[in-house]
Amino acid sequence: MRRPLAVAAVNGLLAGLALVSAFPLLWMASVSFMAPGEAATVPPPLWPQAPTTANYRELFVRAGMLRCLFNSLALAGAVTLLSLLFNAMAGYAFAKLRFTGRAQLLRAMMGALVIPAQVAMMPLFLLLKHMGLVNTYGGIVVPAMASIFGIFLVRQYALAIPDELLRAARMDGAGELRIFFRIVVPLLSPVLASVALLTFLGSWNDFMWPLIVLNDDRLQTLPVALASLSREHAQDTELMMAGSVVTVLPVLALFVALQKYYIRGLLLGAVKQ
Amino acid sequence: MKPQAAAWLFVAPALLVVGVFFVIPVLAGFALSLTDFDIYALADPANLRFAGLDNYLTLLATPLFWQALGNTLYFVAAGVPLSIGLSLGSALLLHSRLARWPGFYRTVLFAPVVTTLVAVAVVWRYLFQTRYGMVNHVLGQAGVGPVDWLGDPRTAMPAIILLATWKNFGYNMVIFLAALQAIPEDIYQAARLDGASARQQLVRITLPMLKPTLALVGILTMAGYFQLFAEPYVMTQGGPLRSTVSVLYFMYEEGFKWWNFGIASTAAVLLFALMFASTWVIARAARGAGPRARQAGA
Amino acid sequence: MPRSLAHACRRLCCLGAGILLLGACTPQAAPPETLRFWAMGREGEALAQLMQEFERTHPGIRIEIQQIPWTAAHEKLLTAFAAGTLPDLCQLGNTWIPEFAALNALEPLDARIDASAAIATGDYFPGIWDTNVIDGRLLGIPWYVDTRVLFYRSDLLKRAGIPAPPRTWPEWARALGAVKRAAGADAYAILLPLDEFEPLLALGLQQPGDLLGDSGRRGRFSAPGFRAALGFYAGMFRNGWAPANRAGAISSVWAEFARGYFAFYISGPWNIAEFKRRMPAELRNDWMTAPLPGPHGPGASIAGGASLVMFRPSRHARAAWSVVEYLSTAATQARFHELTGDLPPRRSAWREPALAGDPYARAFREQLERARAAPKVPEWERIAGEMQLAAEQVVAGRTDIAQATAALDRRVDAILEKRRWMLDRKAGR
Repeated sequence: MRRPLAVAAVNGLLAGLALVSAFPLLWMASVSFMAPGEAATVPPPLWPQAPTTANYRELFVRAGMLRCLFNSLALAGAVTLLSLLFNAMAGYAFAKLRFTGRAQLLRAMMGALVIPAQVAMMPLFLLLKHMGLVNTYGGIVVPAMASIFGIFLVRQYALAIPDELLRAARMDGAGELRIFFRIVVPLLSPVLASVALLTFLGSWNDFMWPLIVLNDDRLQTLPVALASLSREHAQDTELMMAGSVVTVLPVLALFVALQKYYIRGLLLGAVKQ
Repeated sequence: MKPQAAAWLFVAPALLVVGVFFVIPVLAGFALSLTDFDIYALADPANLRFAGLDNYLTLLATPLFWQALGNTLYFVAAGVPLSIGLSLGSALLLHSRLARWPGFYRTVLFAPVVTTLVAVAVVWRYLFQTRYGMVNHVLGQAGVGPVDWLGDPRTAMPAIILLATWKNFGYNMVIFLAALQAIPEDIYQAARLDGASARQQLVRITLPMLKPTLALVGILTMAGYFQLFAEPYVMTQGGPLRSTVSVLYFMYEEGFKWWNFGIASTAAVLLFALMFASTWVIARAARGAGPRARQAGA
Repeated sequence: MPRSLAHACRRLCCLGAGILLLGACTPQAAPPETLRFWAMGREGEALAQLMQEFERTHPGIRIEIQQIPWTAAHEKLLTAFAAGTLPDLCQLGNTWIPEFAALNALEPLDARIDASAAIATGDYFPGIWDTNVIDGRLLGIPWYVDTRVLFYRSDLLKRAGIPAPPRTWPEWARALGAVKRAAGADAYAILLPLDEFEPLLALGLQQPGDLLGDSGRRGRFSAPGFRAALGFYAGMFRNGWAPANRAGAISSVWAEFARGYFAFYISGPWNIAEFKRRMPAELRNDWMTAPLPGPHGPGASIAGGASLVMFRPSRHARAAWSVVEYLSTAATQARFHELTGDLPPRRSAWREPALAGDPYARAFREQLERARAAPKVPEWERIAGEMQLAAEQVVAGRTDIAQATAALDRRVDAILEKRRWMLDRKAGR
């Protein structure tokens, strides 16, 4: 192919793909500012005639989305912080600390990765019911306080920590916890950032489990509230788009700001397989 | 013994959480699948009966389960190659030296991956609307008649496949991109010196070197696609005519709509078996392709 | 200076409030009981207003209302049961009462009724009252009734040469054909959303015999009665009188009714107020309601509606009962009708001018005397869904009526298997 033609082809295709990727999201934002009923016309409009924030007001005042936004933030935040601590400690231990059964446990956990979480859903529900955690924040946070995937990510990265560093610290008389918090965590900070980001996004976007566990209106997270709103208000396109914007904007912004960490975490998780 | 004790201190919390909230429920799930636990049993445990393998036999004799299985396999068989193809294609485009602003494009193409599935399913439900949807509008400009995407049993699953592809292709694209960047430039230079065309370089060098990545991506994508649930839940409620009921949707309805925990657990176990078998097959095929790939790359 | 003034004001207010509180306390003063009340749909909104008045007259009780959409209500209730978080009071669709009775979740109300002066049992429509009695125990008090009648565009009927609404199935078929011919290719005669089971259920109930046999142990959908009903229903699609759409495909029922997209619509009492509100002014006198036509004359319809129930593990039973009594008085029922358009279950409330003078409500009053209950089995919700799915398959041409009903009976028998086992065990079979 002649060079200018090739350049045009490659960039044209990329632009086309970018358009297809971005269009639904842009349209979603555009419709959210349209007047109720405006989107259900032929031909479908691209821009609002007179942009209005009525849908957002309706969303927050009547549908109580603000509370759901808070719930999503609180839950995702709690899960991220707790799981970060537990996964980091365990990941480091699996990488650098010797204990009996380490290799077998590791292999067992790898095997467990293959099992889809849904096999556990119903017994987990019954277990949480007995613990009184159904329909509470705890029902979401407690089972998510550690994850095999998170442990693996940290371990993968922690393997590269030089042993001499740890040995020197031990010889200086530092305790294991001190070594962990003073030396290891700073060294692990890039992967911890990635794990934190991945966990936060995963928890924010989680749908099936919060759908099952959180019954109360006041506790629902954004995806669950949005799904129930969509079944009830199937006809209010503009309202639903506003709800989608509120759900998607935070994670999209987070991703754009911290792309590097997200991609790194993704690759680390894939490569370890 | 102190290092050992410290080590256990570090792993104990995480292992406890995983053990109590994952391992034990999984085992209990297998056990539940052997009973007829339902809403009556929930009210009074005396109504619980041990069913042995009856649930499995019942499920395998239930037409809706086979339909769910078929729908899920259709989704996987059509969706995974489509997604991987698009990911590979866009990775190759991004990796090309001719591409301008690759960083910008990478961000935009990846953005759908991080969006909340429920939110974009709601958006796409409106894009697929028969009369007011953008998809039919664009098709109409090209002269194609309006398609009742979510109302026609023949097009509902393809609509969901399109949504899933749009949402996921960025994920594998990034993995492919990293793998492409890992291929040493010298191999290409040597090939160009030998007079190989761009297409020959692609087929003889790039693709074989990507085989392990392809296997990895295939397994990851397939495992994710088997767990189809949110799209049918939001967009079609399993319809029309149950053409978008997936195995997980079936499990959700049995388990959390009708409270037949026994049957639902059986469905989950069968799904696990299916996923395990498929990933094992792909992994075996990949291992078989390994030595050949290494020879080609050398 | 302002600060101490504000401070003094606050103290005065607190003192004032304290005095008021003391004054409002009854001799049996207790901290205000908070009752949780779940309500669905628009009734939930109306309830908020009614409960404000209740709280005013009952200062020791506070009501916390949670509104739940109908589409999620069944799941949420069962989840709450499983989790042990059921509310104290609930608005429960009467077809769900058998299910929750089987779970032993409902508080029996016989003793309370006998001791209560506010609720006159004889005043209620007997068919409706009956839906609340399971195994001889009263488990709910009817709150409002619901049945399905025909809403129709009288002007479109006249244009097609039909002077009066049909009273029998043959007349109905003739009317549908005529309306469709007059409407042309782009419009239809009747709207029957394929994912709503109520129209087909009503047709099925118009036939003699029960839908489930052997006291709810087996399906009887292959009986000639239901097959005739399904045949009539499917025929409406085959003849092009009804569009093969699910509810989500219609963006606004009211807009399409006004547009003339369809002339007949089977719906319930809430749409009286909705149509009155949303129909354009020029069409105000062009729509009306009529009782459902039956195979040989005016037919039966579903005995729907919701009851007020008290869930069993409740620590506020007495307070909850006073709420139930309050909502059941004739005055409150009239007020409730004003707010929602829902129809009262007490005959005396129908004599109020608001209802007696409402021309649209007349069809409902007539239909309620011919209301017939759906089978009272806990699995009914699921069976109704299966029934509609079978109908959808027949309409789509995937199968014929004989095969569909036979398969439906097989599925229903499987669903009822546990119930058969439990009933047989109880009967010592």
